[in-house]
Formats: sequence, C-alpha cells, structure tokens
Amino acid sequence: MSILIDEKTPILVQGITGDKGSFHTKEMIDYGSNVVAGVTPGKGGKTHHGVPVFNTVRDAVRETGAQASITFVAPAFCADAIMEAADAGVRLICSITDGIPAQDMMRVKRYFLRFPKDRRPMLVGPNCAGIISPGKAMLGIMPGHIYKQGPVGLISRSGTLGYEAASQLKALGLGISTSVGIGGDPINGSSFLDHLVLFDKDPETQAVLIIGEIGGPQEAEASAWIKENFSKPVIGFVAGLTAPKGRRMGHAGAIISATGDSAAEKTEIMKSYGLTVAPSPAEFGTTVAKVLQSA
Amino acid sequence: MDVHEYQAKEILASHGVEVPPGTVAFSPDQAVYAATELGGSHWVVKAQIHAGARGKAGGVKLCRTYHEVQQAARDLLGKRLVTSQTGPEGKPVQRVYVEVADPFEREIYLGYVLDRKLERVRVIASKHGGMDIEEIAKNTPDELLQVIVEPAVGLQQFQARELAFQLGLNIKQVSRAVKTIMGAYRAFRDNDATMLEINPLVVTKDDKVLALDAKMSFDDNALFRRHNIVDMNDPSQSDPREAQASEHSLNYIGLDGEIGCIVNGAGLAMATMDMIKHAGGNPANFLDVGGGASPERVATAFRLVLSDRRVKVVLVNIFAGINRCDWVAQGVVDAVRAEKIEGVPLVVRLAGTNVEAGKKIIAESGIPIIQADTLAEAAEKAVAAYQGAK
Repeated sequence: MSILIDEKTPILVQGITGDKGSFHTKEMIDYGSNVVAGVTPGKGGKTHHGVPVFNTVRDAVRETGAQASITFVAPAFCADAIMEAADAGVRLICSITDGIPAQDMMRVKRYFLRFPKDRRPMLVGPNCAGIISPGKAMLGIMPGHIYKQGPVGLISRSGTLGYEAASQLKALGLGISTSVGIGGDPINGSSFLDHLVLFDKDPETQAVLIIGEIGGPQEAEASAWIKENFSKPVIGFVAGLTAPKGRRMGHAGAIISATGDSAAEKTEIMKSYGLTVAPSPAEFGTTVAKVLQSA
Repeated sequence: MDVHEYQAKEILASHGVEVPPGTVAFSPDQAVYAATELGGSHWVVKAQIHAGARGKAGGVKLCRTYHEVQQAARDLLGKRLVTSQTGPEGKPVQRVYVEVADPFEREIYLGYVLDRKLERVRVIASKHGGMDIEEIAKNTPDELLQVIVEPAVGLQQFQARELAFQLGLNIKQVSRAVKTIMGAYRAFRDNDATMLEINPLVVTKDDKVLALDAKMSFDDNALFRRHNIVDMNDPSQSDPREAQASEHSLNYIGLDGEIGCIVNGAGLAMATMDMIKHAGGNPANFLDVGGGASPERVATAFRLVLSDRRVKVVLVNIFAGINRCDWVAQGVVDAVRAEKIEGVPLVVRLAGTNVEAGKKIIAESGIPIIQADTLAEAAEKAVAAYQGAK
C-alpha cells in the first residue's frame, strides 16, 4: 500500500505540451505512472507522448476517468487551473508551479470550501516537488531513482531537502511508502496533518518523517495532533536554525515573522509533543533507522 | 517588496484614505520649496527608508521655520540611518518627506496582514497607536481589536463600523474612519499587499481621521500584474549583493559568517547553513540557485558569493534531480576557471543523478577542489578548510 497514488491512479497533466509539462510527463510515464490525459487549451484532439490531449479538464475527465492531476501552468494562470480541475471532479491536484500570488491561493482555498468535506479535493503544493509512491507511481518532478520502496512515510515542505532525506534512507537500505512534498508557499493546499491522517491508516507505513522549515503554524499543529491521535512513531526536523528574523529564505513561506515561527521554537514544540527530532539534516537516515529498530 | 512611506501614502490616498499634505524631496532646497508650497507653520521632515522606528533614531524632525526644514533635510540626506529595524549598517537616506504637521487629539493603530493560519486577511486595530504592534499586543492585549475578512465578499461596511465604534470614536469620526478602513482594505487587496500598517492613524480636533505614517509590503509573486508597484522599487534600500542576485533571479540573503554557500533548493540551502553551524562554522549567506543549477547560474553564484570579502571558504552543495551531476560539475569547473578563484578553498558535494560522472570531472579537472560525499562531510570539510586558512 501507499497513500494518494499507486500504479493504477489515472493521471492527467495540465499544461502537458509546455516545455516542463512535456519533459516531466515523459519522466512520469517512464517511472510507471498511469498518465491517461493531458490538457492544453487549443491543443485538444492531438496526442503528446502517446497521451490524448484535451481542451478542458472537464473533457479529459469525462473521456478518460482521470482522478489525479498535476499542474505545469504559469503562476499567473495556475489558480485558475487548480479550480478548473477541482470543478471537473479531480480528487487529487498536485501543483508544481512556483510563484502563485498569495491572494490567488486565498481564493483557491475559499473555492474549495464549496465542496462538502468528504468530496473536497486534496491539493498538494503549490511550489512543491510532488508525490511519489516508490516502485509504483510518480506525480511530480523528483528523480525517481533516489527513492526505494519501504516502510517510511515522508512529508517535506522543501523539494531538495526531501531528496536528501530519501537518499540518506536509501543509503541505509531503508525505503519509503509514499513521499509528499507539500510546498514552500505561505498559503498552500494540504498540510502535514492532512497526510499524517492518511499515513496513519496505511499498513505499509511504519514510521513517518516530517521535514518542516521556518515560518507558519503547520509543524506545531501537526505535532499537537500527533500526540493525541497518531499511532506510529514520527521523526521531525525543522530547517532554518541559522535563518535571521524577517528575511525570506527563498520560499515565500519561509520567513520568521511571528512567535513560534523559528526553527528553534518549532523544534522545541515537536519535542514537547513526543516527536523524535533528527539532530541535524545529515542524520535523517540514522535517526529513522534507530526509531524503526526500537519500535 | 517594500515601498517608502510617501509611496504607501500615495497608494492609500488614491483609495480614499485621508493623509496630511506632503511632498517628497531629494535635496535640502527641494525640501524648503516643498514646505513653502505646502503652506502652514509646522512641518515634519521624515527620512524615507525601508524600515520603521525612525522617530526614535532621529529620522523624523519637527520644524517651525523654513531654515529648520533645510537644516533637517541637510542632516538626514546622504546619511545612513540606523534604527532598531535596520541592522547595524543602517539604510541610506536619499529622499525625505516634508509633511504639514497639524496637532491631533488621538493616536490609533490600524493594520492589515495576510493571516497564514486562517488563509484570510486580518484587520487589526487598537486605541493605542503610535507604538509597535508587538508592544500593543504585550501591554494591552485585551484591547486589540480584530476583524477577519471573508475572501469571497471582502471587507464589509458593518465590520469597519463596528471597529470604529469599538475604537471609541464619535459618530462624525466613525463615518470618516469607516471610509479609511474600507479604503485601506481596497488598497491592500487591489495591489496584492501582504502587510499594511497605518500607525498612527490620528484623529484631529476637527474630527478628521488622517494616516500619519504608513508602511506597505507587497507580494513578490504578484508583481507581474502590479506595474505601478514595481515602478516604486528603490534598489538603494536593499543589500547591493541581494539586488544583484535578484537581477539574476537567484535567491540570496547575506549573513555575517565566513563560509559562502551555493546550494540548489531553498530547504536544502537552509539545511546546509544549519549543518555548517552544527560543524562549528558560520554561513556567510543563504543562496538558492534553483532546481536547474545551470552552468551560467553557478558561475553567477560564484561571482556573487566571492564578492563578499568575509568569505574564506566556498561550499557547493547540489542535489541533482532532473539536472545531472556531470553537467553541474562541468559548470563548477568552468566557473572556477573563468572566475580565477584562488586562495579560497572550495568544497563541493554532489549527489543524485550521475554522481560518479560528476565526481570524475571534478577530480580530473586539476583544480584543487575538496570533494565530499555527504552533507555532514561537506560541512565538516568546509569548517576544517576555514580553520586551516585562518
């Protein structure tokens, strides 16, 4: 098992004919993902990498039964693309796009509230590396070969730091059930908590590694929830111990602007709720290994 | 992106917020001319920098004569103003704002922020204006008034009216405050602001409600559709290295350590800095060259990092995903040759796709590059190289 996606999940690619969309569609297909459709307005009726292209997400869903989408759409138009996918009934939307205005994301999140909770789509990202269930399917832009299939669930705000963790695990012979990049924007789709709920129910996942960074309330929220509700061991880390206050560290969301935003504070919060904190970003692998052994 | 006080006031005024009459000036003579044009008998001359707490730092001067206006402008222009928010090096004062100073009765705080937790705009107000919001929150937390804006419909009149009454204003003042609160909200929304602070918002004897000081920050991601805001950019207010970096769309933040960092990805860049600290060193900068890490970007990154005289060692940490290590390695080798990097030890850690081919290129380049396999090893070698070079 895995969460969110497996080799059967029918995937559609929004922006399939663009440079990035085209490149990563090929990578996803080569990895084994079940890409069934692409959408580029005006290119409907063509095929790309052997995949049928449609003008609208609604057409694509009707004709192919696509259930998950990935957006390779320019920042100015991406909020619209996400809402189009949601409206067409896509249940999992993964947005790679970096640079969506915060007020656009506010609108997207408000739009999602029109769906009753049990039918609300899951948005992963934006500004993320995507999702991979190693050995099964990839809905993202990560290098698939650094992930080994196994018992660890991974949730990371940062893309490359997630790669670092995956390769440390692989070097120790440890694999991953599913890895989710939730993205570095201040207002984003799913949070650590949303995926922890899924990992809790996934029998393949025996422990979860969550990698946060400075800025925002997500890590603290997740930690509090873990203490009360989560049945498996969780290893945490927060990047940005050396980050100064008030400076944006690359990601729009990575800025220390309020109490509880700094890496030191979040690390303390994680510890206080019983998470095992990796002492440094070079010790993701060894810390997870230790926790798995003692579990 | 930040703007100056006078620019924020321009934006606010265009949305119906009342501000005192004022003019920006770039020289003492212009300041005097501005005062004569504005009329009145008292003026404030305010240093325009992208930081707050100017008053306490001597950046705001009350003047009673044209001569005092000239003197104040002369004292401020061309200097670097150090406030509690600028850091020790301060910010250069290249413009002053000359404003009519009329007496007022009360000072109020009014602020708008994008609340990440609620994913909505939050309006904050307090009867106690004129001090930092942190101070207000600490001293009188019970009197902090808040309104959450429903994004589908925007701020409503009744919400503004409730706020105004809660602030203890009389009915005449309330109608003006409602106009201000609504106007400032539209200024925030229509320009993709992330922060707007009117502190203080003052009430005068004749029941006027005026924005005496204003601060605005804007969402960098939305600048593509806010040309009016982009035009207000003042590069003199940013660290010159950061300005140069943003020209090449690199993410760079200058710090004060000795180990320069070149990394792909913001999270990995932060983690690399943390690792250097963990190993007993200090990072000189945050630098994210982006997922691609093309040879051109790596070369630009080297130039940028080496332009910092404090840098004694450079650490390159690239996790190649969709790009390949051999390609990145060639970029590093080319950049080192082109930039003639000498006397600065260079530690390179490559990981990910085609890592062996990448390492081979570096080993066979003949350049004395220290290679590392892991993040920990890279940080330790960089710190050791710094201690050796010291």
